Amino acid sequence: MADRLWFLIPELILLVGAITCAIGGLVNTAAIRRGVGFIACAFLAVACISIPFVYTTEHLATADTLLPNIGKYVKFFAALIGILLVMTSGGLMDRKYEHAIAKGKATFSALRTSGGEYHALLLLSIAGVMLICEARDLIWLFLALELVSLPTYVMVAISRWSKVAQEAAMKYFFLGAVSAALMLYGFALLYGATGTFVFTEMVDVFAAQRAEGGISVFGQIGLLLAIFGLCYKIAAAPMHLYAPDVYQGASAAVTAFLAFIPKTAGMLAIIMLCTLVGWDENGLPPAIEMALWVVAVLTMLLGNIGALLQTSAQRMLGYSSIAHSGYMLIGVIAGPPLGIVAVLVYLVIYGATNTSAFATLACLSRDGDRVDSLEDISGLHKRSPLAATSLAVSCGSLLGIPPLFGFWGKLLLFAAGIAAGQLLLVLIAVVASAISAWYYLRLIGLSLLSSTTPRSEGVSVTLRWPLIAAVLSAIIAIGGPLVLTSLMADAEQAVVMPEE
Amino acid sequence: MTLWLLLLIPLVGAACIFVTKASIAKWIALGVSSFVLVVSILMAVQFDQWGTSQTGLVSHVAWLSQLGVTLDVGVDSVALLLVLLTTLLTPLCVWGSFTAITSRRKEYYAWLLILETAMLGVFSAQDLILFYVSFELTLVPMFFLIAIYGGKNRAHASVKFFIYTFTGSLFTLAGFVYVAWQYQVSQYGVWSFAIHDLAQFASTSLSYSEQCWILLAMLAGFAVKIPVFPVHTWLPLAHTEAPTAGSVILAGVLLKLGTFGVYRFVLPMVPEALVAYAPAIAVLAIIGILYAALICWVQDDIKKLVAYSSISHLGFCVLGLVALNPIALEGAVLYMINHGLSTGALFFLIGMMYERYHTRDMNSIGGLAKKMPVWSFFMVFFVLASVGLPGLNGFISEFMCLMGTFIATADASQWPGVLGPEYAAIAAIGMVLAAMYLLIMVGKVVFGKLKEPNQDGALSSLPTDLSPREIGILVPLAALCIWIGVQPTVLTDAMRGSVEEVLAPYPRLVQQEQEAPSTPIVLEKEDQHG
Repeated sequence: MADRLWFLIPELILLVGAITCAIGGLVNTAAIRRGVGFIACAFLAVACISIPFVYTTEHLATADTLLPNIGKYVKFFAALIGILLVMTSGGLMDRKYEHAIAKGKATFSALRTSGGEYHALLLLSIAGVMLICEARDLIWLFLALELVSLPTYVMVAISRWSKVAQEAAMKYFFLGAVSAALMLYGFALLYGATGTFVFTEMVDVFAAQRAEGGISVFGQIGLLLAIFGLCYKIAAAPMHLYAPDVYQGASAAVTAFLAFIPKTAGMLAIIMLCTLVGWDENGLPPAIEMALWVVAVLTMLLGNIGALLQTSAQRMLGYSSIAHSGYMLIGVIAGPPLGIVAVLVYLVIYGATNTSAFATLACLSRDGDRVDSLEDISGLHKRSPLAATSLAVSCGSLLGIPPLFGFWGKLLLFAAGIAAGQLLLVLIAVVASAISAWYYLRLIGLSLLSSTTPRSEGVSVTLRWPLIAAVLSAIIAIGGPLVLTSLMADAEQAVVMPEE
Repeated sequence: MTLWLLLLIPLVGAACIFVTKASIAKWIALGVSSFVLVVSILMAVQFDQWGTSQTGLVSHVAWLSQLGVTLDVGVDSVALLLVLLTTLLTPLCVWGSFTAITSRRKEYYAWLLILETAMLGVFSAQDLILFYVSFELTLVPMFFLIAIYGGKNRAHASVKFFIYTFTGSLFTLAGFVYVAWQYQVSQYGVWSFAIHDLAQFASTSLSYSEQCWILLAMLAGFAVKIPVFPVHTWLPLAHTEAPTAGSVILAGVLLKLGTFGVYRFVLPMVPEALVAYAPAIAVLAIIGILYAALICWVQDDIKKLVAYSSISHLGFCVLGLVALNPIALEGAVLYMINHGLSTGALFFLIGMMYERYHTRDMNSIGGLAKKMPVWSFFMVFFVLASVGLPGLNGFISEFMCLMGTFIATADASQWPGVLGPEYAAIAAIGMVLAAMYLLIMVGKVVFGKLKEPNQDGALSSLPTDLSPREIGILVPLAALCIWIGVQPTVLTDAMRGSVEEVLAPYPRLVQQEQEAPSTPIVLEKEDQHG
């Protein structure tokens, strides 16, 4: 037990951070209240630093999870990108209220602030992602997944004081509950099929079943239901329908969060469930592979085609992040080692660049209102060359223009897909990428090339921290390839299974 | 290490431009690109492998070892010639933009220099992924050059250009990765993207149907770039809307990336498939030659005319590439260089005229020989070079391509091919058409009664005729046109070794094909079975 707790040190750090943030947000001193973001960043940084000390070889020898090394990789980058995400939401909460207090127009009332809670929830959600890595049974996995999701429902609701955000939160919550039920039903069937909740034991049962001619029907249905439930988390078709509304309804900073943290959680959980049955020389069991195949194709095509039709920048990027789930599923279908490595690398690349795109939207406002329609970013390079360039770079990276970071992620996924014999799937992904060129180019063109329109006259950079986050992640998108070799080496290490 | 030096200098220059004032950006760009030209000439002098098939100036840089991706660079004689073409045209383009570009100058010159790096990267890459990265990287600067500094319809032109090329080359990438994966399987799990290894592996170990698919994948990328009929429609738009320097680079170098890709990858990697499909590719090339020539005939816009003439001219180049004998292939490589020189110069000339009159419409302008004799001299000169006047460069390469196609019959003694006199005869009509449309254009614009569009007077900061700067741009190009026209053997000898090495497996394959033709129908049957 103590050994297992040892690996939870990063999560515990974030838990302490969440409590500190929650209290800090209620303190009477304005300076502390405003510094909650810094506190969150500091705890994330400490969690990052703690990871090399937690994951030492001697402690790893005692680990009893399915993929003991994956935590080192995932926790480190979840915390690192978490810092970017906190920066993206800098100045989002309580801005007007704090302004009024500073001017003496209002007095502080703990009931009217939500900055502390927001950051606490954000840290808890990231801790949930970290917990998934340590899951050793289905119950732990389910609880960790819910720890990721529950805070996000609240974050969507409190991110903006508008009815649209409330509606988005309700939609997100109800559909999330349905998907969780679906997933739980799947887990129950998996228990029925194997007679155990513990991953390492399930692997043995499934291996025995496979050796005897195939996985039991219960097991297959259970896995399929669980995967469909998880498709909600990664916003993959056919469970993606909520995503455009929610991603548009929430504020840009929260959308950046939704598009990365729950997606990472879902991807990890899918990888774990697939690891239970394992990939043989023909890949996953046919039914699972077929289901993932269809989901991947639908996600890539619907995401990209959907994005083409949008007039709202945030909705367009929302659809784009749906499409990226589809690309990542190629890696899951391809399987270890290259496929899973590709997914892990892609998650990091996608997380950094997608955050940059949303952070650009988060830092802008039009006459005090948020920037939403595509027209608003028209001629952005005249108002803020820095924001326009970051948006263009991140779109270029998401599109996969070499030599930006995103290209290498796609290359790895395509290589993994082809190496697994999934030629048709890769060709569909190629077509989907080609479709995506239209709308990414549109975003690039609007921000860097177009002239200002009367509507976009009033658009300006009002928040400093999101802009810094955008610029930082744009730098990652450009300079990232320099560290790609070691990133890939880390990912390779992460998927090493313990020897029997 | 020198090749990497060549690749990095323009990037450093671009970075310098970003941190300095806009007014001196052009001087930095000119200095840097001229320096690159000097370095590349020094490298060409040092290069020991002229006339042989070997790759010189090699440097190994390890990188993504898990996938076997490296940053190895090196050039053979053909690639080095194209490197020289690139390093020559870039400073001229920078110099030629001094008066034309007045807004967002820093970005403009920075993009030009980044474009130079990307183009040089394509020619010097020894690794498939590095090649692909450079190949795609050329799109980005060009996209911005067209989209920011282009004509009225620039937004549409730039997006169309980008999407066509991007889509096509994604399929090429998939094909490349497939080859690399097969190689990895044969090597028990060791990935490699080294061009040389993969070419050798693909040509010997892949089945016929695999080769056909890979040929298709590679053509998806390269045919768009060349461009071959029917995927040429982005070109007239992009050329017409691009600023002068953009058109020059597009016609001069970027189109050659496609033909170079065919030379570098299609010929060595998929010989069996190419032997089977060469006639089909040749037919497309010939359709392109004639169709584009006919379109040229009815153009009023001079720039559009020259743009379409590029499609027509590149058709000859493609014909030379698939004729599968050294005469034609040398002609094709020479054609790449010649087309870069003469069409590049034509775009410069049109740009110079446009800066003075702000029109490119043949009907509203005429008789410029009286007003601008120097300009007219160069116009006639480069049109003749383009038409193929013996003694100038265009003639040699066009003749070699056609001649090579003519003798590429199955019963030829040394280099049997799959084309023949009928292909050459039909393609030769294109030469006649080229003479007609280009000379008609010259007749209207240069000779006849002086006709000038109404001028506002605001745009006459330029002298009536060419300034010394503009003459300075054209003279080196004209000199090279004459030199290649008179002494083409210097270049053809230099590239002979590489060309013959590439063609080495073909005579045997053509003979096999004659004995037991493998038709596309067989391919489909094979595929259905697995």
